[in-house]
Order: sequence, then C-alpha cells, then structure tokens
Amino acid sequence: MERERLVETMRGILGPEGVISEREELRTYECDGLMNYRVIPDLVVLPETAEQVQRVVRVCYEEGIPFVARGSGTGLSGGALPVESGILIVTSRMRRILEVDIPNQRVVVEPGVINLWITEAVSGEGYYYAPDPASQVVCSIGGNVAENSGGVHCLKYGFTTNHVTGAEVVLPDGSVVHLGGGKAPDAPGYDLLGAFVGSEGTLGIATRITVRVCRKPEAVKTLLAAFEDTEAAGGAVSGIIGAGIVPAAVEMMDRLTIEAVEVAVHPNYPDAGAILIVELDGPEAEVESQFEQVIGICKQNRATEVRVAGSDAERALFWKGRKAAFAAMGRISNDYYVQDSVVPRTELSAVLKKISELSGRYGLRVANVFHAGDGNLHPLVLYDNNVPGEAEKAEELAGEIVFACLEHGGSLTGEHGIGEDKKKYMPKMFTAEDLDVMQLLRCAFDPHQICNPGKIFPTPRLCGERPGPFRMHPVQKAGLAELF
Amino acid sequence: METRRMPAKELEGIVGAEHVREAAPEDAVDGVQPSLVVEPGSVEEVGAVMRVAHREGLAVIVRGSGTKLGWGNPPAAADLILGTTRLDKVLEHAAGDLVLRVQAGVRLEELQKRLAGAGQMLAIDPPHPGATVGGIVAANASGPRRYKYGTIRDLIIGIKVVLADGTVARAGGKVVKNVAGYDLSKLFTGSLGTLGVIVEANFRLHPIPKAARTVAVELESPRAAREAAQAIMHSQVEATAVELHWSEEERLLSVLVESIPEGVEAKREAAAFLLRPFGEVRELSDEEAGALEPVLQGDGGEVPVKISAPPAELEDVLEELFGAAGRRGVGVRVRGHAATGVTYAGLRGGEEEIAALVEELREIRVRRGGSVVLLGGSPELKRRVDAWGPGGDYLGLARRVKEKFDPRGILGPGRFIGGI
Ligand SMILES: Cc1cc2nc3c(=O)[nH]c(=O)nc-3n(C[C@H](O)[C@H](O)[C@H](O)COP(=O)(O)OP(=O)(O)OC[C@H]3O[C@@H](n4cnc5c(N)ncnc54)[C@H](O)[C@@H]3O)c2cc1C
Ligand SMILES: Cc1cc2nc3c(=O)[nH]c(=O)nc-3n(C[C@H](O)[C@H](O)[C@H](O)COP(=O)(O)OP(=O)(O)OC[C@H]3O[C@@H](n4cnc5c(N)ncnc54)[C@H](O)[C@@H]3O)c2cc1C
Repeated sequence: MERERLVETMRGILGPEGVISEREELRTYECDGLMNYRVIPDLVVLPETAEQVQRVVRVCYEEGIPFVARGSGTGLSGGALPVESGILIVTSRMRRILEVDIPNQRVVVEPGVINLWITEAVSGEGYYYAPDPASQVVCSIGGNVAENSGGVHCLKYGFTTNHVTGAEVVLPDGSVVHLGGGKAPDAPGYDLLGAFVGSEGTLGIATRITVRVCRKPEAVKTLLAAFEDTEAAGGAVSGIIGAGIVPAAVEMMDRLTIEAVEVAVHPNYPDAGAILIVELDGPEAEVESQFEQVIGICKQNRATEVRVAGSDAERALFWKGRKAAFAAMGRISNDYYVQDSVVPRTELSAVLKKISELSGRYGLRVANVFHAGDGNLHPLVLYDNNVPGEAEKAEELAGEIVFACLEHGGSLTGEHGIGEDKKKYMPKMFTAEDLDVMQLLRCAFDPHQICNPGKIFPTPRLCGERPGPFRMHPVQKAGLAELF
Repeated sequence: METRRMPAKELEGIVGAEHVREAAPEDAVDGVQPSLVVEPGSVEEVGAVMRVAHREGLAVIVRGSGTKLGWGNPPAAADLILGTTRLDKVLEHAAGDLVLRVQAGVRLEELQKRLAGAGQMLAIDPPHPGATVGGIVAANASGPRRYKYGTIRDLIIGIKVVLADGTVARAGGKVVKNVAGYDLSKLFTGSLGTLGVIVEANFRLHPIPKAARTVAVELESPRAAREAAQAIMHSQVEATAVELHWSEEERLLSVLVESIPEGVEAKREAAAFLLRPFGEVRELSDEEAGALEPVLQGDGGEVPVKISAPPAELEDVLEELFGAAGRRGVGVRVRGHAATGVTYAGLRGGEEEIAALVEELREIRVRRGGSVVLLGGSPELKRRVDAWGPGGDYLGLARRVKEKFDPRGILGPGRFIGGI
C-alpha cells in the first residue's frame, strides 16, 4: 500500500488525532531509553481501544507491513526501536484501570497504564503491586509484561511473570486471544501466557492485562550498611542468604555510584567503598528477629557503619539514592552505557574483580549499582562521546563484561531484555539449536515475522514459508483456505 | 488398528539391549497397549531414540514413575513408552545460590532428602511417592504450598528438552533472574509430554522454614468457608497454605503458618484470631495436619476432578458441587486450595452420573472464566466426557505451537486439550 493510502486507512480507523505522520513529530519516537540506535518510523498510531489495535494489526498483516508496540519507551535494550517502513503502535492512550477486584486480589488494566498507578489504585485497601522497576513512575504495564521486568523487591516476590495472571493479546494476524486464567487460575492447555511474558513484543500486542496484587506487609524494616569494599559487602549478602533469610530487597552500590548519587540527590550516605541497602518485610515478630540477625551478619562482615531507618522519611532517603543512581551518572560522566548481566550470587565477587580489571585495561570507569540478592549486575560504563573512539571502546568493554558473566554461569540479561542491543551476543549463550527451537514458538505466533522483527534473535529463520515480503493470497483473504 | 514395525534392534543399539523390552499389560496407557518400553540413559540417547521414532512415525508416551499417566485423554496411539528413570542425576546443587540443576528422572522424594541436608527445599508439596521431577513439571501439579510459593512453573528457571525429531535444546539458565530469549520452561510446564521430552530442569530453591503450625476451624456452611478463607487472604499473616477439607464427615479449613521459631507463635495466634468468628478453632498436631496432607490420588475408585474458579467464588463452587452431586447420588470429598481458587474433588458414583456432573459444573465454571478438568477416571469415563473441557480462543494458537514442535504428532497424540 502506498504511504498516503495507508495514512488514510489509519485515520479511518483511529481518527486524525490517533495518527502521526509528520516527519518532525515522528522523531519523538525514533528510539527508546537506549539512545544508541535510532530509526524514524514510517507512521505512529495511537489506538484507544483493543478493537482499534486489532484493526491496525489486521491492515499490517494483509499488507505485510511490520509493526512494533511501544509503551512508555523507557526500555533499555532497544526493544521498542521502530523498524524502517514500519508502523509504531503506541499504547499511551490506553490507560484505563478497568477493574479492581480486591476479593480475588486482581486488577485488570489496559497496557498503557503506568506501573505505579496500580499500587495507587489499591493502596487504600491495603494492597500493592509487587514488581517495582526503578522506572515505575513512567513505564507501562504492557512494557513490563513484554520485558518481564524486575525491580528491587523481586528477590522475595518474583518478577512480572509471577504476577501477571492473564492477558488479552492481539496476535500478528489480527486475531484476539485470551491467555492465562485471569481471575481463575490454571487455564487448561499450554502456558502460552508464560511464554508471552518476556517475549519483548515479538509475539503480539497485549491489550488488556490482569495482575495479582499483594497485601501490604505488617512490618517493613530497612538498613543501610557501609563497607570498605564490594567484596566485604558481598560477604554480607552471602551470609544473609546462607542464614535462610529471604529479604524483600538487597541492593549494592560501589564507591563511584555513591559519589555520583551524593552529588545528585544528597542522600547523605556514609563515605564507603560499598553500600548495601537491606529491606525485610512481613509479620512483625519475624521481621524484628531477622533484622537483628542481619545487623549481626553485616557487622561480622566488617561493616564500618550500620544505619537503621527510624522513620518512613529516612527509609525513603536510603532508597532515593539507589533509585536515582542511573540518572545521577550524568553528574560525573557525559555518557554511559548500562549493562544488565546476571551471575550466580556466589560468583559476584569474582565478577566484580574482573570488571575492575577490565575497567583498568580499557581506561574507562565502571560504576556498579545492582540487585545483589539476585546477582543482577548493572555495570555503568562511563565514557565521553566527544572523545573520538570512546563510545566504541565503551561498548567493547560492556561486551567483555557480558562474556565474563557468561563464563561464570550467568545470563546476558536479567530484566532489560535482549532487544536490538544484545542480539549479537545470543549465540554466546545459546546454541544454534536452542535459538532455532525458540524460533518455532515465534513461527507459531508470527509466521510472517511482522511483529517487532529483527529483535532478540541475530538471524531469525524463516517459518518454512516462501521468502520475500508476505502478501496474503486472495483465497486466504476470502477465508477459503488457511496457510500452513 | 494398524500394527507398526517396531525397530527394536535399532533401539537396542542405541540404549543397550537390557534397556529395551516388550511392553507388558501394566504399561498400557488408559487402555491403549504400547509395544515397547525404552529407557535411555543419557540426553544423547533420548535424542537418538526420538530420531528413530520420528522417522518411523511411532507414537511416544513419555513416562516418569508413571504415577499420573492417566492424566488427560486416552492417547490416540501408543507405540513406545520412553521411560526417564535412568536419567536420575542431580547435576548441580549450588547451595549458596539456592539453585538446582537435575535430570528429569530424579525422584522428588530423594531430591528433597538431599536438599534438606543443606536446609533447603524445592518448594512444592510431597507428591505421590516416586514421582519424578520431569513428571511433576510436565503435569504442573500443585499442592497446598502454592498459596505462598506458586506452582512449579514459578520455580523453574531453565530447561533442556528433546523435541519430537531428536533436536536437543535448552532455554533459561541457572540464575534466578534471566530474560534472555523466550521462556520455554513455562511452555513445557504442564505440557504433559506433548511438546517434547524434558531431560533436565533447573529450579530456584527456598530455605526450609524452621517452624510450622497448623490451625483449623470447623465450619458451618459454604459461606463460612469462603469468608474464613477471605479473612486469611486479606490479612497480613502470610500463611503458607489455606486448605479446605469438605465431606460428609469433615468441614474444616486449615491454615499452615511457617516462620522462624520467634515468629511462628505470633502467626498462629493471628490466624486463630481471624478464624474465630467462623467456628471452633483448634491447633492441629503435626500428625493430624499430616493426615490431611495426602492429595487426592484417584484411588479407591474415586475420580479426581480439578475445579478452577476465582477464589471469592468458593461458596458457589461448593454449593454447585454438592448440589449437583446430591441430585445425582454422587459422593464427594473436597480438598481445596481455598485461597488460590483451585479445588480438588474426589467423586464416587456411576460413570454416567459422574460424566453428567462434570458437564454440568463445567457449563457454569467455564462461563465464569474457570475450568473443570478430569484428572483421572477410567478410559470409559473419558470417552463419555472430555478430560479438559472446552479451551478458549487460544486453542488455535496452541495447535500451531504443537504443530511446530511436533509436526508429525507423535508425542502423546490426542491426550491434550482440543485433541492435541
Ligand atoms: C531510569 C530507568 C530505570 C529502569 N529500571 C528498571 C528496573 O529496575 N527494572 C527493569 O526491569 N527495568 C528497568 N528499566 C527498563 C524499562 O523501564 C522496562 O523495561 C519497562 O518494562 C519498559 O516499559 P515501557 O512501557 O517503557 O516499554 P517500552 O520501552 O515502550 O517497550 C519495551 C518493549 O515492550 C514492548 N511492548 C510495549 N508495550 C507492549 C504491549 N502492550 N504488548 C506487547 N509488547 C509491548 C515493546 O515492543 C518493546 O519491545 C529502567 C529504565 C529506565 C530508563
Ligand atoms: C489431585 C492431585 C494433586 C496432586 N498434587 C500434587 C502436589 O501437590 N505436588 C506434587 O508434587 N504432586 C502432586 N500430584 C502428583 C503429581 O502430579 C505426580 O506425582 C507427578 O506429576 C507424576 O510424576 P511421574 O514421574 O509419576 O510422572 P508420570 O505419571 O510418569 O507422567 C505424568 C505426565 O508427564 C509426562 N512426562 C513424564 N515425564 C516427562 C518428561 N521427562 N518429559 C515430558 N513429559 C513427561 C507424561 O507423559 C505424563 O503425561 C498430584 C496429583 C493429583 C492427582
């Protein structure tokens, strides 16, 4: 279809305010939170209802036009990067909370709803939504589902996949399916919802999502412990886990991060080589007793200072520094590259050592702020784009860090996804067979590869269909035959 | 029925003559008699066996300990039983990481004993003696502790499978947090041996709680059952399990609380306080609590049925179930995960009555977004009433997934929902 007719068709479906086609306006959508890659989409559409999403996707299917879903665009792996000559389907006008069902501890929302809004909608009833990415004030639930996002409280409560119980999905052929049980558990059949969560927008577009909400715990206690170095802090983390304690959160920051955060938001952190924030929650008696134990473990591991939050304000201050860490890097470096690798917790100190070695070798600073309880590292490779060659060097260093994590039994990504950014590394973690088998799932959902094509997999394989752009056969269009 | 040439010699060449035998009548699956039982000893051997089966178009039924082979519809065909019991190695237990990597044929019972040495556990309930890890994953069975820990799909973090054509593939990994690639572990969980042979699985572990108590309340009515369950759900007690036991003899809601010794007493008190308005509350001894423990096995002629409903509809579920059973002269014993919405019922009665009862309940529950699944029962009963009931609008997609993973349809043909 030529562009003008396509714009007309989309206006017909969405009204003029639902279609963006001017080049200058399209630029707003050229990248997500990862700004290394930019592509200007051919067209941006902003549907308001699931039915509109379905009609848009149907046009794409029939015309062989690739499309990409986008929530708030905070992704850090280029997942929502548009594809050339493709349509970007943005969910920011689908922001209604459709149902709050406290008796069944479920909330049903549209995909564009912001993560934090769910907690706000149920906090009056004493509930909250557990997965809490640091971006929770802006990121969308649709994006969370696509990335299987985590957050600081995932150590105890699990990730998005453990909290989403149902989703309405528009498949790449424009049909609508309901995956998962929603309010009733265990829908019979394959766990297609489990496969959909974390599929980074490559299997369809979620248009309605049911999540589980949790009862607020009776007690919450938070401490901040300072250590000489990350190794000592790591020893405390192992000690806590080894004692059979499952904290709600265990976060670590190294010296460079502490410095940056101090300049940016003044949380008044102690001068230290590493800081741990440990939070326990649950029934009062349990929390009280285990909290004392955690303090003891920190001291045994040579903590130079342990501060206990005495009030909500103080707790908020502890967390403020942690949550602002990424943004704070801007204070000490022009540019930075965020990595998101995971290692088994017991390998943390070996890998941190390796990172500091690499940092020395490349002559670039690396700041570490991460989910220590999960072994999920976020090394921030600092560089200056104005210095020729430094960006490339930073990317190379980031790659070396990934390999180090894989060598220690880890994974390429813990929560930010593969997207555009890390697909080149996939063969380092998986064999060709592994990747082909994942493609089988892709082919079942999206045989013509029009749904967020080019992401996750370095070399997607054809689904046994004829090569070249897909065009629906008239016989098929008329509903007379199906394509296998 | 067509008799197929069995490549017994070729299979013996792969796994050794002592690991291939002719199938006995006990090896029948829901009344369908297979020809051979093959027990590979390694992932490579599983791959080679599957390549042969694929080439010859042989129907393969994967079997762990065989404790739940009666789940699902009777197979449309069964030529080979592929037994996993020789794949019984614990490959890695990283205690400091609370992570485990095992082969599929490992028996959960033995595994738990070994993990207990490190003060850890795979947080699911004791299954039928002998059940294998692969069988548990493939069946996605759940017990009372799912209230706190979720089901096995929430605990699995990596998987290795052999597909119908012998391809070996891995997904996930051995770290708790990992979003690299598609989460095929979830796809294979609950797939009942219809997508591939699970040969390895990785799990996250939990520390064994240091102290546990069970409090129970005697209830008057289905409404009290719902209200008592709701009271616990909306409290801050953090119970591990909330179970309903309902029959002619007992009407009990039990609440398992676990914690450190310093915490468990407070939790017990809080739970007892919340239950008091609904009836007589007492603490169960470990023995009494243990006696409530066995899940429905479908033995003694009882037909096990799994009803799934929003938890707040517990009262309706009980009334529908007992109402319909009373009208048809069917005996019922209920064991439910009251706070999660999963209710297991053991039905006793004539096949025709049970079939009609299942259809009746299904009509209501499916309309309200849930399901009624027949877990056991004779092949005759399953010919009267489909084990799964209707699937939703996702059924076409599920079929496409099956076609991609098993294009010749040789893995457990006809057993799964919608005839998959
Ligand atoms: C400062 C900062 C802090 C962050 N902290 C965390 C953190 O702690 N933990 C964490 O996990 N992540 C974190 N992130 C990453 C990011 O916020 C998450 O990945 C988030 O889930 C993305 O949501 P979004 O709405 O912005 O999605 P987008 O960036 O718009 O899209 C992300 C992916 O989801 C797909 N998608 C979006 N909507 C849908 C839909 N309805 N259906 C199907 N696919 C869809 C897109 O195609 C794309 O592949 C952080 C990002 C920033 C900038
Ligand atoms: C009502 C009820 C409640 C239950 N509650 C619990 C519970 O709380 N906790 C619990 O752990 N158990 C529970 N069980 C029992 C549990 O389902 C079985 O014990 C276990 O799943 C079967 O293990 P198995 O090795 O005997 O498998 P089998 O009976 O041999 O096989 C079960 C199914 O899995 C397939 N299969 C087996 N191995 C593989 C493999 N390696 N790859 C692919 N497919 C395979 C088979 O084809 C078959 O479809 C419950 C059972 C019932 C009926």
